[in-house]
Amino acid sequence: MNRNGAPPKHTITALVQDKPGVLNRVSSMFRRRGFNIASLAVGRSEVPDLSRMTFVVEGDDRVVEQVTKHLHKLIDVIKVSDISSENIVSRELALMRVKANVQTRSEIMQIVDIFRANIVDVAAESLIVEVSGDEDKVDSLQDLLKTFGVLEVMRTGTIALNRGVGVGPTRQGEKATDTWGESSSI
Amino acid sequence: MKLNGSQIVCESLIKEGVEVIFGLPGGAILPLYQTLPEYPQLRHILVRHEQGAAHAADGYSRVTGKPGVAWATSGPGATNLVTGIATAQMDSIPLVIITGQVPRAAIGSDAFQETDTTGITLPITKHNYLVMSASDIPRAIKEAFHIASTGRPGPVLVDIPKDVFQEEAEFRYPKTVDLPGYKPNLEGHASQIKRAAKLIDQSQRPVILAGHGIIFSGAYDELRELAEKAQIPVITTLLGISSFPDDHVLCVGMPGMHGMAYASLAIEEADLLIALGMRFDDRITGKPSAFALNSRKIHVDIDPSEIGKNIKVDVPIVGDLKRVLRKLNQQVAPTTHLEWIQHIDELKREHPSMNIRDTDKLLPQYIIRQLSEATGGKAIVVTGVGQHQMWAAQHYVFTEPRSFVTSGGSGSMGFEVPGAMGAQVGQPDRVVWSVAGDGGFQMTMAELATMVENKIPVKFAIINNKYLGMVRQWQEFFYDKSYVATYYTHNPDFVKLAEAFGMLGIRVTDKTQVRSAIERAMQYSGPALIDFLVEEEENVYPMIPAGQTIHDLIEEPAPRKART
Repeated sequence: MNRNGAPPKHTITALVQDKPGVLNRVSSMFRRRGFNIASLAVGRSEVPDLSRMTFVVEGDDRVVEQVTKHLHKLIDVIKVSDISSENIVSRELALMRVKANVQTRSEIMQIVDIFRANIVDVAAESLIVEVSGDEDKVDSLQDLLKTFGVLEVMRTGTIALNRGVGVGPTRQGEKATDTWGESSSI
Repeated sequence: MKLNGSQIVCESLIKEGVEVIFGLPGGAILPLYQTLPEYPQLRHILVRHEQGAAHAADGYSRVTGKPGVAWATSGPGATNLVTGIATAQMDSIPLVIITGQVPRAAIGSDAFQETDTTGITLPITKHNYLVMSASDIPRAIKEAFHIASTGRPGPVLVDIPKDVFQEEAEFRYPKTVDLPGYKPNLEGHASQIKRAAKLIDQSQRPVILAGHGIIFSGAYDELRELAEKAQIPVITTLLGISSFPDDHVLCVGMPGMHGMAYASLAIEEADLLIALGMRFDDRITGKPSAFALNSRKIHVDIDPSEIGKNIKVDVPIVGDLKRVLRKLNQQVAPTTHLEWIQHIDELKREHPSMNIRDTDKLLPQYIIRQLSEATGGKAIVVTGVGQHQMWAAQHYVFTEPRSFVTSGGSGSMGFEVPGAMGAQVGQPDRVVWSVAGDGGFQMTMAELATMVENKIPVKFAIINNKYLGMVRQWQEFFYDKSYVATYYTHNPDFVKLAEAFGMLGIRVTDKTQVRSAIERAMQYSGPALIDFLVEEEENVYPMIPAGQTIHDLIEEPAPRKART
């Protein structure tokens, strides 16, 4: 259990055939077996005809072991990795429509700056903030913007990759202080 | 060579060695049917209901080890197959199912007889295909047979739109499959096998739990070698029945909800469970948190997702049982577990679960025992689901592999009629007895016509208690004998029904008539039916109620007489 009393989250990636119905097979398996997906993101991979999926799954180790095994069992799934315990980079993109007027606009811009987020649309009564980072960072920004009024939120779900090997302990150390899920080298 | 889609399907099936197809035509699959006369080597058996086709293909597969093939048209044809496909999926039976689909351009338009067949069958197949071009048919069928029959077997469905059957394409059957996401692990991890051998050598009270996997893998000799070499008692699961001879001195029978009390007690008291190709189903474990707490567990299965799913194991081995057991047998030291085996013999004496009450009444258990003796344990026994299924599992002495055919995981009533038909088609020279319930029999009895038509000489023993007996038993035990919707006040006259279908029908109401009726049915050349009007409120004992433990075992209350 994590600090909220919720089951721990695991990040699992899968390399899958880019065929019609594959997402359906995957999501059907999760639904049928009662596994909880916190987020799911899919996109083309570096290999033609293969896609990569990133799942954030809630559950204890036994549940996650079953999730990976049942993913593996799907014929169209080629490779499954539970990368939760590894040194990973995880990112999510979010767009948030926030209530904003002349009085609040500059305060919002300051917060957006601190989060290294962008304002991508400005209208008379609202603006759209674009932010990327790990889930915690996006959550934090969303929480802070709540005081102004968050009208609409669109999040992509987490995508993740292992960090490269051979860079050494600096990366490890960097991750510990990398509270926003970013590092200067990215 | 250019062929149309229908011809490509037939050519592909011939390449896969298919001999028989169970099916029923309809609009979307009609082009395929109209091609059949060109392929006399493909025997088609026209069923009365598509559920019958799927169950028959299943029964065929269970007795031959080959994939069963069934096909049907789109829409209701496909949905009628669903129970049969789910039954096969739950029991890991290799089937290749072909369904017609509406023409490509009509897909998604709610066209006449359109259903989303691949969508409906997605969670109840090992894999499925919607083939959108005739040139893709050979690869889809090649992969379907490969996936269905390798690894942990299962049903694979191939959905083909009507105009794809009519489209022409070059026919070239692939020699190999290219499935980067499907590589079953067969060998078993060497160090885990070593650990398993060590645990076996150290154990004082080991038992083997032999499941369906032994049968799929054909690891009968290897199982026997392990059991005999290290003198380990063998318990067979419901679907593991016939993987180890019932008359072997080390056979301890079936455990679980309606298993032999001594088998469940042996599991409880064991210090090592060697689970081979079984999946710790809830009918075996009861309450999983209280299951076999005194033992370490070795679990060998070809499906990694079964390991650790229901029960935590100490030594997991993923692989094909025949290969794994061969390696394991080399490493296990010969030994005797004399004390342990004597203790199990004692349990057998103290809990004689298989005795039959001494009475003049016509008891189902007595009928099964007579059937076992009359056939010398050599018949193929196909059952439905319920009390009669449990009595067949308990009282028939199975001595040959692949001779017990039953819907285990799915518990599909009605399996007994088409399942037996398929079994007889697969093993035409063997005696096939369908032990049927009067409830399940009426769900699928239309296939009697198919059997008469095709001279498929199945013998039926209807254990007719006029009740949906197992449900009634639960009502007796757990709902104060409130028999809601379980009594059939107007069952048909099964003997007249048999005659109407063109079969031999015999009615038995008295114990003394049992043996002669069985002999008469077997002497008859065609399909025959015996309507056994049995004791109506007979219960299956012993019983461990659902979700409970061996300590909640209900043993038969009636006085016993020693087994002769």
